[in-house]
Amino acid sequence: MIPELGNFALILSLCLALVLAIFPMIGSLNHTPGWVALARPAVWGQFVFVAFAFGCLVNAFLVDDFSVLYVAQNGNTRLPDLYKVSAVWGAHEGSLLLWVLILSAWTVAVSLFSRKLPAEMLARVLSVMGMISIGFLSFLLFTSNPFDRVFPVPLEGGDLNPLLQDLGLAIHPPMLYMGYVGMSVAFSFAIAALIGGKLDAAWSRWSRPWTLVAWTFLTIGIALGSWWAYYELGWGGWWFWDPVENASFMPWLAGTALIHSLAVTEKRGAFKRWTVLLALLAFSLSLLGTFLVRSGVLTSVHSFAADPARGLFILMFLCIVIGGSLALYAWRAPGVSSGGAFDMVSRETLLLGNNVLLVVVTAFILLGTLAPLVYDALGWGKISVGFPWFTRMFVTFTPFMVVLMGMGPLARWKHQNPGELARRLSIAFVVSLGAGILTTLPVFYEGSIWAGLAVMLSVWLVTTLFISVRQRLKARNGLSGIWQDIGSRGGRSYYGMVVAHLGVAVFIIGITFVSLFEVEEDIRMSPGEAVELAGYSFQFEGVEPHQGPNYRADRGTIRVFKAGNEVALLNPEKRTYLVQTKPMTEAGIDAGFTRDIYVSLGEGLGGGAWSLRLYYKPFIRWIWLGAILIGFGGLIAATDRRYRMPVRHRVSAAARAGSDRLAAEGKA
Amino acid sequence: MVRHLRYLAPLAIFAVLVAFLYRGLSLDPKLVPSPLVGKPAPAFSLTRLEDAAATITEADLKGKVSLLNIWATWCVSCRAEHEVLVRLAQTGKVDIYGLNYKDDRAQALRWLQQLGNPYVTNAFDADGRVGIDWGVYGAPETFVIDRQGIIRHKHIGPLTDQIVNDEIMPLITQLQATT
Repeated sequence: MIPELGNFALILSLCLALVLAIFPMIGSLNHTPGWVALARPAVWGQFVFVAFAFGCLVNAFLVDDFSVLYVAQNGNTRLPDLYKVSAVWGAHEGSLLLWVLILSAWTVAVSLFSRKLPAEMLARVLSVMGMISIGFLSFLLFTSNPFDRVFPVPLEGGDLNPLLQDLGLAIHPPMLYMGYVGMSVAFSFAIAALIGGKLDAAWSRWSRPWTLVAWTFLTIGIALGSWWAYYELGWGGWWFWDPVENASFMPWLAGTALIHSLAVTEKRGAFKRWTVLLALLAFSLSLLGTFLVRSGVLTSVHSFAADPARGLFILMFLCIVIGGSLALYAWRAPGVSSGGAFDMVSRETLLLGNNVLLVVVTAFILLGTLAPLVYDALGWGKISVGFPWFTRMFVTFTPFMVVLMGMGPLARWKHQNPGELARRLSIAFVVSLGAGILTTLPVFYEGSIWAGLAVMLSVWLVTTLFISVRQRLKARNGLSGIWQDIGSRGGRSYYGMVVAHLGVAVFIIGITFVSLFEVEEDIRMSPGEAVELAGYSFQFEGVEPHQGPNYRADRGTIRVFKAGNEVALLNPEKRTYLVQTKPMTEAGIDAGFTRDIYVSLGEGLGGGAWSLRLYYKPFIRWIWLGAILIGFGGLIAATDRRYRMPVRHRVSAAARAGSDRLAAEGKA
Repeated sequence: MVRHLRYLAPLAIFAVLVAFLYRGLSLDPKLVPSPLVGKPAPAFSLTRLEDAAATITEADLKGKVSLLNIWATWCVSCRAEHEVLVRLAQTGKVDIYGLNYKDDRAQALRWLQQLGNPYVTNAFDADGRVGIDWGVYGAPETFVIDRQGIIRHKHIGPLTDQIVNDEIMPLITQLQATT
């Protein structure tokens, strides 16, 4: 009964999405306040019904209702409750329901926090979000219904993929979807602005906090996925350039370009067409990611069960949403004014340079991701584009980006005297070059040109940021003025930028050092044996059987010593889940600020001996530390004071909305 | 007007992308031709599932066109596929051999008792060693083997009536016709 209610709630929310997509939009075009006023109740109704449906599915998992096919495939009575809930988004249908839930929640958030927007503009934004919602709800109902029943009812469920039975992965998809779907807000604002033909500073100011929040979620979501891959897959990698990872990275890059471009449009009125195109691009890439993951056109460790009918549906949806929005762009963009002019050397130019680099990298990743498909489609044979290609591409472009990143905050808007900029940068240049050369010498590790370059870039970022903060505070009562400055209009935008850019500096050190100086060994060990690796001694004490709630495991014990002192006791496991008898590795990791020690169990070789994989991973934590700083910076910037209008504005806006409603009723 | 054409560029790029994605839908990226197709079946010698004292080798498959089906009781798709195999066996057109993969003997025998036994006989590959030689990704998989013991086709994933009628049977008929 409850699953039928869930199904019915989904149908109702589809009806409300239709109302939302049609009436407020038409109302905003022919200025009918009554139709415009329909937006808010439709938004709320849609959210309530989707949330109810989601609750029904969660319930079906918790009570092990295997008469629901999706639960029978992905649930199990022995699954711990936490994973019963996360199993809801463990496969295609449920994850799509989560996507729709998040979309409807974002729509509610926009209607709640954008009361200061002109009613017609807000109605258009919500209406566009309703259109997107129609697409996903019909996809869910017509091709991927999570409430489909199965008969005869199985006694036991097929269980959640053991890879997904992990806390990191339980929260990774919701975070990522918050990011993907959040990009739909910037998209909807862009479409609404294009329809109205008004791409002004107000439009970019409204979109900015939403974009920042979505981008923060995306950052954290991607970082979580990479962290999970690191400790769960057992081969110590943290990024594989897998098609689905790329699918999340492309919207992130486009989103990064977008938040910078929005800043220029808000402050200087420039780049309007470019900004709006990026807003369309960021969400389009999110949708493309959905297509790639769910249609089976590419092989990936992440892909859901491939189904050509689903693929065709999403492709049609892509054509309507992306094709339609780009057609609207082609129609409206020529009428958009160019906005504030700027010189060759100015902050605008530097930001534009970085924007172009980000888009170029995105294009290369898209090319690399789709290359196997393109080759196959043209009959050129099967190829796979691997790690080295992507890494080389990335390493080629990133240094230029970082150089520009350092210069940007120190340059002036509109016009910058090149000599003056060079003078400001000279100290940073000398310091970072010095640090780079020092690293190249074999003082730490064996010394390497690449490590030198990475340290140089990282120090360049830190020193230029330091100079920028100092300069800013000089004009504001020095260091004591910093708290007041953070609370000021534009203050958090600035400090958010500082934190996020510092995150990039940290991140660069992390990826470079772990790639260059990691030590790895595959080895056979018998109990009592010890082996030296990167100055640590690993002593293997043997493997014991261990019983988990829904798995059996072999648990190894390894003591790690440095200079005779025990620094870590590691218990890597090799698990066999009872239902899906896939062997899973749980690595034993001793995490540290400057290094991780990582051990994973291979195969039992008889007589108590095991094959083991030992890693020494310098600075790997800095990768995620950097990502956290980047995300945190985005969050700080999103809370800038200027996005929170004074209260009286809000009151007058509400009053206006109220009078609109009165007028509407009067008309009726 | 011509100046405005550049705003159509994103749409044009997208159109090309869609063309490729559409084509991609009808291609299967997982369809990597098995290196074993066209080669003699890998050698093996295993005990029979039905009788731990008796053995079966690749030589038993020679002399007629046969199917080798990789299955296990823990494999949900195998259960779905099983009735298709039973129906195929009832036609009597081809001998189906089973390779019971990484399984439990008692459970596997119970399965055959309950769901019907389409197999001439089963090889019992408890540790999956033979599966490795045959390049098994996961159950179910089905190999078509000709009279000379050469693998002619490999199907990954569960068989359906449609696959049997459209792909497997025509191939078997063709192989049976050639001597």
